[in-house]
Amino acid sequence: MSLILSPAPHVRTKNTTQRLMLNVVISLLPCAAAGIYYFGLRAAIVLAVSVVSAVLAELVWQKLAHQTVRINDFSAVVTGLLLGLCITPSAPWWMVMIGAFFAIIVVKQLFGGIGDNFLNPALTARAVLLASWPALMTTHCTPFDAVTSATPLMTGEASTMQLLLGDVPGAIGETCKVAILLGFVYLLVTQTIRWEIPVFTVAAAALLSWALGLDPLTTVLSGGLLFGAVYMATDYVTSPLNRWAQIVYAIGIGVIVVIIRKFGAYPEGVTYAILLMNIAAPLLDRVMPQKIYGCRKARKEAK
Amino acid sequence: MSNEKRGLGRIFMNGVLTENPTFRLVLGTCPTLAVTTSAINGLGMGAAATFVLLGSNMAISALRKVIPDKVRIPAFIVIICTFVTIIQLLMQAFLPSLYESLGIFIPLIVVNCIILARAEAFASKNPVLDSAVDGLGMGAGFTLALTLIGSIRELVGNGSIFGISLLGASYQPMLLIILPAGGFLVFGSLLGIINAIGNKRKKGAKA
Repeated sequence: MSLILSPAPHVRTKNTTQRLMLNVVISLLPCAAAGIYYFGLRAAIVLAVSVVSAVLAELVWQKLAHQTVRINDFSAVVTGLLLGLCITPSAPWWMVMIGAFFAIIVVKQLFGGIGDNFLNPALTARAVLLASWPALMTTHCTPFDAVTSATPLMTGEASTMQLLLGDVPGAIGETCKVAILLGFVYLLVTQTIRWEIPVFTVAAAALLSWALGLDPLTTVLSGGLLFGAVYMATDYVTSPLNRWAQIVYAIGIGVIVVIIRKFGAYPEGVTYAILLMNIAAPLLDRVMPQKIYGCRKARKEAK
Repeated sequence: MSNEKRGLGRIFMNGVLTENPTFRLVLGTCPTLAVTTSAINGLGMGAAATFVLLGSNMAISALRKVIPDKVRIPAFIVIICTFVTIIQLLMQAFLPSLYESLGIFIPLIVVNCIILARAEAFASKNPVLDSAVDGLGMGAGFTLALTLIGSIRELVGNGSIFGISLLGASYQPMLLIILPAGGFLVFGSLLGIINAIGNKRKKGAKA
């Protein structure tokens, strides 16, 4: 038997960045498929433009900045896919492209690249597009026949079954709740994300809307709440590390969503709720720091 | 004579480039971010601040031996207020539309830190002519910076510069750049680009 002397770490996990990002991409496929099924070719074009532009932006930036090109870690694919899924299928291609460039270059690379962005890139890009072209971003269309229509959040006309299956106007990936839940289960089984953030976000939103006299089921199933809770709020970089901090973070998102929907000027508030709690995440980490394995609290020394 | 001239030229260029109040000293960022929604607003704000800088620098320099050291800040502020009131009334009389669009930021020139900084750092220690040139240089630097930011924001957010449409009717303006967040984005990006150029020059000078 040979003894090998080597410095730590001795045990390596197979969960590389690439593997985790690939898991997210796989879990997003049902949403993408449902979006293309309901909204047709236009949705497919939006998704394709978004993913290609995001990867291209990352490639060009890293070449220009003389950095290691790491587009094969799939993080740009995830950003592009998330952005495409959270905007309306009738979005023009140039708007999707600007959004993807903004997400990768301004939100991610200018702040130091993967792991250093303080906001969720896809969601920030969505907020930028919403502020820049409000009319284009809020023009939704009905599934199949593509008639321009408002979201059920504004009209309030949709049965629970329609909301669950996604047969309603909305963003490409957010309408079909079954697909989102499928992706959620996959992410849990592969241990890509933990259950706390999505569950507490949705529970807080449901509870508050019930307390305010709204129908909790409709609150949960309409708009982008589920999509945001599962895919956007669970971003590793922009959510807190400690489990208790994560729960506070998730409850914050749920509460802000309902407050914006009920009292705000916008019909939907998931984007802003998650971005606001993204900003709060470092503070939560400071208040409730993560306990490092094997470390004990230093005893207070007597003065 | 020529020596003196070069000295004045250097003082002027110091304000425009070396110590550009907006991009190198990062002073007066509040009006920089708030009023640069269009090129004309940036130019108007810059011109108003230049007038105040010129006047206050000259007055403070002339009075620098009379003002007691302990109460110099209140004295400076009174002098600055005088010139701000003058420019405010002048703009209200002759440029009412610009006066409307700049709004509260005209009286707020009083608390613009570029003006107090130049009074404290330059005018209170230097003769009148030098102080006047310093005021003009700093004002020119501020005006250039504001007009540049205003032009970029107007071009992207409205498709025009100085109200002249450049990008055609089919251009869909990116409203965000005209909103407050756009001010931070454009200002931050320009600051980064200018710092990068400055760093490169420093490296080149060393090599």
